[in-house]
Amino acid sequence: MKVRVHVMLKTGVLDPQGEAVRHALGALGFEGVSSVRQGKVIELELAEGTSDETIGEMCEKLLANTVIESYRIEHI
Amino acid sequence: MKAAVIVFPGSNCDRDMAVAFEQAGFDVEMVWHKDTSLPTGIDMVGVPGGFSFGDYLRCGAIAANAPIVKDVKAFADMGGYVLGVCNGFQVLTETGLLPGALLRNAELKYICRTIGLKVEGESVFTDSYSKGEEIALPIAHHDGNYHADDTTLDMLEAEGRVAFRYTNNPNGSARDIAGILSGNRRVLGMMPHPERASEAAHGNEDGARLFANLTSQLVNA
Repeated sequence: MKVRVHVMLKTGVLDPQGEAVRHALGALGFEGVSSVRQGKVIELELAEGTSDETIGEMCEKLLANTVIESYRIEHI
Repeated sequence: MKAAVIVFPGSNCDRDMAVAFEQAGFDVEMVWHKDTSLPTGIDMVGVPGGFSFGDYLRCGAIAANAPIVKDVKAFADMGGYVLGVCNGFQVLTETGLLPGALLRNAELKYICRTIGLKVEGESVFTDSYSKGEEIALPIAHHDGNYHADDTTLDMLEAEGRVAFRYTNNPNGSARDIAGILSGNRRVLGMMPHPERASEAAHGNEDGARLFANLTSQLVNA
């Protein structure tokens, strides 16, 4: 089974990289980009039947730092 | 007095830290990250700067899960003294030994220069400076922007656990925080590098004082 984990900085945590991308889009002439948030996508190939609980544990222990990041698990 | 300096793949300030400990009178043992226990009779653990595991995933995240770190945590939980500098600070926040996290610098640039610091919190690491004293130490980091929620920041300030504050915030750190202490004041994490300013040849000896009194203070502790 394949799982995609989306890791994003939590709302309210400054994302200077997203800000820089927003500025760069503006410089390229794209108007109306009011906000950019940058995150990470991690794809995992797992043994069939791996529980969401186990995947959640992987996120909590390593893939995301829940002090600053939130995560979302997507089955693909 | 014996100090252990942890070495991860990608650590690059480990030997500098060892020299600084040695100059302060410690016997130093370098400890590889794959070891599962610290040498016996350790009085102090140093977690050095560098780019452990290439800063993959997040700075310090993979190092925080290295085999030796379990024993470093146990050592700290038993009241052991731990000093984490730069990447070492990032590792300590990732382990949860210190609160908060280090984000990308607000201006996105890697910063390598000497900055001003105000010494605040009371601990064996800061007691050789006078409270409020301004010192200068080098910083060299890309991810030194200290972040914690307001409740945590208020708690750190109320408990006097801010060890060092930037006099001119270089990286966007919350409340100008450059270094913080654990609740028992025996774990210090800081982004500036005291070991890089610890002998005359460095052109600055402000960092030497952090190490200099450790051996005598640990004896008295």
